Amino acid sequence: MTSLAEPTGAPAAWPDTWGDEAKPRMGFFTDTTVCIGCKACEVACKEWNLVPEDGLVWTGESYDNTSHLNANTWRHVTFIEQRKPLKLEGETATVETDAAVQPEPLRWLMESDVCKHCTHAGCLDVCPTGALFRTEFGTVVVQEDVCNGCGYCVPACPFGVIDKRDLPRSPDDAPLALPLFGKKEDGRVWKCTLCYDRLKGGHEPACAKTCPTDSIQFGELDELRERAEKRLEKLREERWNGARLYGHDPDDGVGGFGAFFLLLDEPEVYGLPPDPVVPTKHLPRLWVSTALAAGAMFVGLAAAFIGGSE
Amino acid sequence: MTDRRPIEEGRAQTDGRPGGTTEWRGSITERGTTMSSYYGRPVVKEPVWNPEIPCYFFTGGIAGASAVLHVVAKLTGNERLAKSFLYVGAAADVASPILLIKDLGRPERFLHMLRMFKVTSPMSVGSWILLVSGGASNTAAALELLGILRPVRWAAEAVSALAGPPLATYTGALVANTSIPVWSEARDELPWLFGASAAASAGAAAAIVTPTELAGPARRAAVGGAATALLLGQGMERRLGFVGEVYRQGEAGRFNKIAKACTIAGGALLAGRGKRSRAASAAGGALVLAGELALRWSVFRAGFQSARDPRYTVIPQKKRLAKRKGGQ
Repeated sequence: MTSLAEPTGAPAAWPDTWGDEAKPRMGFFTDTTVCIGCKACEVACKEWNLVPEDGLVWTGESYDNTSHLNANTWRHVTFIEQRKPLKLEGETATVETDAAVQPEPLRWLMESDVCKHCTHAGCLDVCPTGALFRTEFGTVVVQEDVCNGCGYCVPACPFGVIDKRDLPRSPDDAPLALPLFGKKEDGRVWKCTLCYDRLKGGHEPACAKTCPTDSIQFGELDELRERAEKRLEKLREERWNGARLYGHDPDDGVGGFGAFFLLLDEPEVYGLPPDPVVPTKHLPRLWVSTALAAGAMFVGLAAAFIGGSE
Repeated sequence: MTDRRPIEEGRAQTDGRPGGTTEWRGSITERGTTMSSYYGRPVVKEPVWNPEIPCYFFTGGIAGASAVLHVVAKLTGNERLAKSFLYVGAAADVASPILLIKDLGRPERFLHMLRMFKVTSPMSVGSWILLVSGGASNTAAALELLGILRPVRWAAEAVSALAGPPLATYTGALVANTSIPVWSEARDELPWLFGASAAASAGAAAAIVTPTELAGPARRAAVGGAATALLLGQGMERRLGFVGEVYRQGEAGRFNKIAKACTIAGGALLAGRGKRSRAASAAGGALVLAGELALRWSVFRAGFQSARDPRYTVIPQKKRLAKRKGGQ
């Protein structure tokens, strides 16, 4: 039973539950200022984790045809074209719109998005089967042999990361145990595992390994946070427009991310929530309210008998 | 196949510029607000639940409220009405787990719900409540039918009456404990709203199947529950403000109207003519049932609409951030 404590900077009951097997908390620092949008992370992730193809579509949204993280996309590179200068001082790329006016500044933001492996993970909290669990590395992983596809984690995630896989079952799947209830789909939820299998073998995750510019950095979370602060300081000195850290703060609504980011604009520009909060933060009060409602209902129903049978 | 559906509601304006960040014009209630979004795409995921889930909210509510009403009817000596509640509740308790199992992505793994008890997961807590309450009320109904083991039947009735109200209200906590703005922001109302709606539906169901001269308490439960649910729903929509506007739009809006119309008409019929006419009692009960089912459907669809439009996720969060910064 997980506790109903207020979010803190440390995951609930971790790493105590792991005893001698506990490892330092591992994570990602994704520095979007050096991302070149090559999508090698998306490809490496699919290859290593055998993530199925999920449709080939032209969206017309810059170079992004993946659109969002879901059951079959565990790394997603966002592309944002902006008429804003990359740096507040000095030379910047421009685009000429009209001969009569000054050329407008231009920048192209790219960010490789991934599961945040929250310190207080909504998906893990609400999972009724225990399929979602916290590993010895402090990451959040789905056990696919336990998940029964209840789908509660999907709307619980403040970032819209985890999703149910709706692909047809392969012909060699075992026959349905309950054919009357069966569906022709995988039916379980999937998301980034921070390459749990590779971590167990002492390797870094596939996306970080393949990233050619070290935009995706893998390491011990504490060390990554220090590195990120230094990087931010340097960018501010160089007058980069809008540089900020996102998800590095252990005091935020999810207790800090295990995979955090250096962004160049507001989080919502990248499709990220500006102030994510784990739903369970409000659950103690919600349980009290639910119990009171149940009590009131009991009294109210009994009161319906006042006045006799007619 | 995962969806790449275009955003239907609140389409993003690209400001006439090629690609890039989209600016959102403020909605009516948030006049003048602009925000950025990633091509108008949702921030949080829509639920993946099927129509079985709101139907279960409805049947689970009937089962929970009926269990209490059954015991009180028995204690007050109204055996006929007690029987109505017993069998209505037992039927709802049989339907509930079937609906839930059918919705699972892997139905054959339904027993995994009982692998653990997690207080952080309303679904885990609810599975145990349903097991206890449903098991007890079905045991009671079976023993009543067979006319045997009277002490065991009494124990089963007592257990199901105690577990009944939590069964009816936890589903409100279940949807409120998500990142869907219109559900999560309504966390103070939803358990109460679902409880009141459950009382209304259980009373209405029994009013249909019980002779009018014995169905007084059922009618009062239906009318009282319906009135409470209407007030709570109205209060919830008002308090939610901008986030609550989905209750006036699209499918959620349509079903919200249907719910109110059916509930008011059915409640009035039950209160006005339910005592004298069996036909009015049955029609009123059916209307209240339809209204409460429509209410569950409206709340369910509101969650999808709320998730799909990034404004509902981003604007309240930005306000929260600004408030925190201002307070420092």
